[in-house]
Amino acid sequence: MSGLVYYSSGSGNTARFMAQLGLPAQRIPIRMDDPVPMPDRPYVLICPTYADGEGRGAVAKPVIRFLNDPARRALIRGVIASGNRNFGATYACAGEVIASKCNVPVLYRFELAGTETDLARIRAGLEKFWGALCLTP
Amino acid sequence: MKDTVLRTPLKAINWSRLQDDKDLEVWNRLTVNFWLPEKVPLSNDVPSWATLRPEERELTIRVFTGLTLLDTVQNTIGAPAMMPDAQTPHEEAVLSNISFMEAVHARSYSSIFSTLCLTKEVDEAFRWSEENPHLQAKARLILEEYKAGSDPLKRKIASVFLESFLFYSGFYLPMYWSSRAKLTNTADLIRLIIRDEAVHGYYIGYKYQRALEKLPEARQQELKDFAFALMFDLYEIEQKYTAELYDGIGLTEDVKAFLHYNANKALQNLGYEALFPPQACEVNPAILAALSPDSENHDFFSGSGSSYVIGKAVATEDEDWDF
Ligand SMILES: [Fe+2]
Ligand SMILES: [Fe+2]
Repeated sequence: MSGLVYYSSGSGNTARFMAQLGLPAQRIPIRMDDPVPMPDRPYVLICPTYADGEGRGAVAKPVIRFLNDPARRALIRGVIASGNRNFGATYACAGEVIASKCNVPVLYRFELAGTETDLARIRAGLEKFWGALCLTP
Repeated sequence: MKDTVLRTPLKAINWSRLQDDKDLEVWNRLTVNFWLPEKVPLSNDVPSWATLRPEERELTIRVFTGLTLLDTVQNTIGAPAMMPDAQTPHEEAVLSNISFMEAVHARSYSSIFSTLCLTKEVDEAFRWSEENPHLQAKARLILEEYKAGSDPLKRKIASVFLESFLFYSGFYLPMYWSSRAKLTNTADLIRLIIRDEAVHGYYIGYKYQRALEKLPEARQQELKDFAFALMFDLYEIEQKYTAELYDGIGLTEDVKAFLHYNANKALQNLGYEALFPPQACEVNPAILAALSPDSENHDFFSGSGSSYVIGKAVATEDEDWDF
């Protein structure tokens, strides 16, 4: 079993989702002068989307700063993105941006603070995902 | 003498001194997303409109007059009513943008009408919107909270419910037509409205949560109870409105699942938990796909993907990324 890192802005949707998920996780702070967590093992990043109509600005700046550090980036294994389907083609597109930048898979997408169904799928999915990664030499 | 009287100075808005970064973030989103109905080639839908049966056309026009009414309310009453409640000058500026876009939304439905419909049909539908008891009732319930002197936080609850819940019995129909390859340009226009409403609901919900967290627990509980009670009342009306509109084409149950799903999302915008259980929110996948077309489904965890999907290149702000 490995780690989770997440970001949640002032609307608190992702923070509420993480509280429901109930798995240990490190939070990337909103304020740029607060200390940034340093994961010590592989992790999955859970990240909301802030894109405009063209998909620009999808990933929050504190998340970009977190990933800009090679040591932190080296441990990312996958991304779970949240968003709102009402944004059409750019729904949860932060996941695709991070996935292509870091060369890791988009594991799942959910809306706002998620639903019970999302929580169950993510719990089961993470367990399987870490299990599969452990078997890979 | 007049000049010696102490006055509070009138203040000009300074965007370089933000009290809440969210104001600028949302201002930028809204202004970048600005659009006008002339941008959408609605006339391409003329042949498709002709394939609809008369009762389907009547339903579509009625649904759009219902949406026009809600946008009119939000343009002229809702957004302006929230301005005196604003906590920052920048919040007022954002609300003025929201108010104007509501006028654009209301205007857009008339663009659809003038492109596709006969004046007589449209006049008849506007009359219907004035006489329909359910449509009038839901708008009146919201207006009750917009009244001067009512609680500023209850006003925000009402606004979020209008923008994130009440519109969806109407938005369903163009998404349904588009899933059957009908009125696809009209659906493109409606998706622009849906996108705006998502930002509006998110922003007002965010401001609500900021104000709520400063209040004592008893007051927080009172507001939460009010929110759920108002949602119940609105849902009662929405159910009847939906049945009256959609029974004729047999879609009422499908629309209701969409209502439940959106009611839960409206509550989440306010920071609250879902009201309707997952079984009640199983929205027709064709409608979900119509909402976010071209957004690929990388649903690895629910087992639909056999291999990992690595994201393809998407627009990024490259100056922020070091690698
Ligand atoms: Fe609107
Ligand atoms: Fe709106």
